[in-house]
Amino acid sequence: MEEPRPEEADAALAGLADQRVRQLRLEASALGQWDTSLLVFLVQLVKAARARQLSVDLDLPQGLKRLLHLAFAVPAQDGAARKKANTSFLYRLGDSAITLPPRVADFLNFCGDVTLALWRLFLGRAKMRPQDFVAAMHECGVQALPIISLTSLLFGLILAFVGAVQLTQFGAQIYVAGLVGIGMLRVMGAIMVGVVMSGRVGAAYAALIGTMQVNEEVDALSTLGIPPVDFLVLPRVLALTFMVPLLTLYADLMGVLGGYLVGVMMLGLNPMEYFNATTQMVPFKHVLIGLVYGTVFGVIIAVAGCYQGMRCGRSAQAVGQATTTAVVHSIVGIIVATAVITVICNVLGV
Amino acid sequence: MSTDTDAKNTLTTKSAGTDDRELRISVRGLQVGYGSFVLMRDVSFDVRAGDIFFIMGGSGCGKSTLLRVLMGLKSPQAGQVLYGDTDFWGGGEDTRRRVMRHAGVLFQGGALWSSMTLAENVGLPLQQYTDLDEEEIREQASLKLALAGLAGFEDYYPSEISGGMRKRAGLARALALDPRILFLDEPSAGLDPVSSRLLDDLILELRDTLGATFVIVSHELASIFSIASNSVFLDAHTRSVTARGNPAQLVRDPHTEKRARLFLTRGDEREAAESARADAGESPPHKDIA
Repeated sequence: MEEPRPEEADAALAGLADQRVRQLRLEASALGQWDTSLLVFLVQLVKAARARQLSVDLDLPQGLKRLLHLAFAVPAQDGAARKKANTSFLYRLGDSAITLPPRVADFLNFCGDVTLALWRLFLGRAKMRPQDFVAAMHECGVQALPIISLTSLLFGLILAFVGAVQLTQFGAQIYVAGLVGIGMLRVMGAIMVGVVMSGRVGAAYAALIGTMQVNEEVDALSTLGIPPVDFLVLPRVLALTFMVPLLTLYADLMGVLGGYLVGVMMLGLNPMEYFNATTQMVPFKHVLIGLVYGTVFGVIIAVAGCYQGMRCGRSAQAVGQATTTAVVHSIVGIIVATAVITVICNVLGV
Repeated sequence: MSTDTDAKNTLTTKSAGTDDRELRISVRGLQVGYGSFVLMRDVSFDVRAGDIFFIMGGSGCGKSTLLRVLMGLKSPQAGQVLYGDTDFWGGGEDTRRRVMRHAGVLFQGGALWSSMTLAENVGLPLQQYTDLDEEEIREQASLKLALAGLAGFEDYYPSEISGGMRKRAGLARALALDPRILFLDEPSAGLDPVSSRLLDDLILELRDTLGATFVIVSHELASIFSIASNSVFLDAHTRSVTARGNPAQLVRDPHTEKRARLFLTRGDEREAAESARADAGESPPHKDIA
């Protein structure tokens, strides 16, 4: 028998049962080499024989015999074996529907904790260290400038190119200035910053706080009476809420610069003309609307990242999952928030 | 073993029921679990001032979870934890915070905050709870680090030192606020025998000098026998406390529950016991599989 398979053990005995066999004897004491597959077969064989009340007499090499003893030494613990998860679509759908309310409640709980921490900060009782706040601002603000410069400048360029293709057909190249200006300032600058910050900072927050959870560093804070939300979440939420709008302003500037480069160098517009067109066609309110978007995005990214970190499980895999989920949630959150704010602006007529 | 007889002498006086040392922690009918799963039930014990109290048990029996309940990190399903007269879980978050203000914790891996130096780690509790200025905090932190044998390592980050040193630094942080109760989660896990013995000596030293009470989760027999003054044994099978008392006495007491005794029997002694049984002609535990 090459490569004996476990199910064969049962089949082999099933044939014997009719013939009123009472004893099973296996002679293999001269067996030289064997591996785990034989052991698995023997375990199945012994189990099948026991089920049929056959007595078993195994004549095996010493090592194999002892391994077999070992395999039966500790009986399987009752209830230790897990039921296989039901993976049918309907089951999973129902399962996620049932677990949704507690998950939403948990998230709202977290938001409540953050709000309470803000209130404590307002009263001057929050256990937040100013240096943590400054460090967080440095991390998510200053250090993000290069990547924000690059992405927004290129995005301004792209916007100008796409617009120019259509507008040159009507000889209306100058409107590229308005297109890029309104597009960047009103919404695209904030979205660019939001998406970049989700990947850069939201993920970092989730991974950092998640790893602290794994190392029991968060527990260490709690046992010292320092609320982890005050100490870890508050400085990060505040820092992002301040820095994302500021970065949005910077991204606006870089985006307009990108449009300017295309307008002047590709479309042959006069530099002064482009500048004037931008100031005329883009009212100041767009900058303010962009700041509103930016502030909301900052809160979303920070809360999504910190929430995933704080609720992270105690394994390396959980940290990875928390990081991915934080990024996905904050980007989805940004897009949903954009839609909501856009509709609100439309209703308000601004 | 002469040390055992010594331990017995001190013990017989203790177990006479006239222990009038101040009650530090008293656990009454505690039930702990996750959701509908009960990890342990009916856990009761007393920890008195100056005790070095061990929570013993095999892997996965819930020792660390029990410690988390005592430290206020996990709420019990039923029962009471009393610190002096304070009902720890009966009150709110503020009650627990007030109690934990006088406790220090050493986590299994040290749990030092990785973004801070050792001095900052030890200094943070001081910064939060005292009016000391930065200079004084730094001095106190240096002193606590020196007590734990880490003088000169103030400006190292946790990632730059070894696991044993991290544990010592964790102990220094636990000592920062001059606690009355210290919780140690597997203090000697991952330490070599010599460092482990030094840590035991340090614990005794701190008990005698600071008058602190220790609650230690461990399955390190060497530590248990050399420093424990009292203990409970958590059994993973019955999910409750099956033995309590001084370990040195428990191991020799024929009435001790058998799994607890097996746990407390050292490897060399176990071999001796087994060979004695074999000589007597008894069969090994699993002779016949089929």
